[in-house]
Amino acid sequence: MNVVERTGKTVDEAVEQALQEMQWKQDEVEIEVIEEPTKGLFGLLGARPARVRVKLKETTARRARDIVNKVIQAMNLTADITVTEKDEKIIININGKDLGILIGRRGETLDALQYLVNLSANKNLEKRKRVLIDIEGYRKRREETLRKLAFKLAEKAKQRGRNIVLEPMNSMERRIIHTALQNRDDIYTFSEGEEPYRKIIISPKK
Amino acid sequence: MKELVEVLAKALVDHPDMVTVDMIEKEKSYVIELRVAPDDMGKVIGKQGRIAKAIRTLVKAAATKERKKVTVDII
Repeated sequence: MNVVERTGKTVDEAVEQALQEMQWKQDEVEIEVIEEPTKGLFGLLGARPARVRVKLKETTARRARDIVNKVIQAMNLTADITVTEKDEKIIININGKDLGILIGRRGETLDALQYLVNLSANKNLEKRKRVLIDIEGYRKRREETLRKLAFKLAEKAKQRGRNIVLEPMNSMERRIIHTALQNRDDIYTFSEGEEPYRKIIISPKK
Repeated sequence: MKELVEVLAKALVDHPDMVTVDMIEKEKSYVIELRVAPDDMGKVIGKQGRIAKAIRTLVKAAATKERKKVTVDII
């Protein structure tokens, strides 16, 4: 429920009532006064309370949560969703049982979900915010795996004195590898090919 | 699966009330037909079919429990 109507002796009181009941904060709602209060005779006869409509503002975070929720239901999964906002980014963590199918091979399904949620949650909003989705800490674990792989293959490139070509990865994954190896002076990294087949090459420095 | 396509399509388009989804069961597969308002076509297909591809990826994930293949047609 995103809209409620409440009454009170004053407009402020009516708004306060709504906010408390719904556990909303002042800055996340829009308020519409439907009826100003009238005092009536001697403050009794014909007195009418203030009536307000309090509406939860549409934000990227709220929309994102809503869509993720619906997708999970439509896929017959049960999961816990937590949403946090940090530095203009919205981070959605999904935790639960049997969420492997929502991650997919190499996070393919998770990336598709994140892409679609970004599009729809920012639709027609002036200020866009990036939505990042993680499931059961998959992204963290994947980052660790990629860093280890990067170090291992860097050694191999150095030893063999030859280029090592990695398998295709998306930009986020490539960045993890470039970053992991950027401070080395014995090898360097670059990418080749067109998306979605763009891949990293680790090359020994001569 | 049908519900999933509906949820995603409605979240992406400007005219959610014009979204219709039909699922046809064939011998070895399901065919999901998605229809949207003409000016919303781009919103469910995307540049070089990127959005359509993402929708299909999610549907494929939802269909892993099924024995049959699923295709999503945007009509």
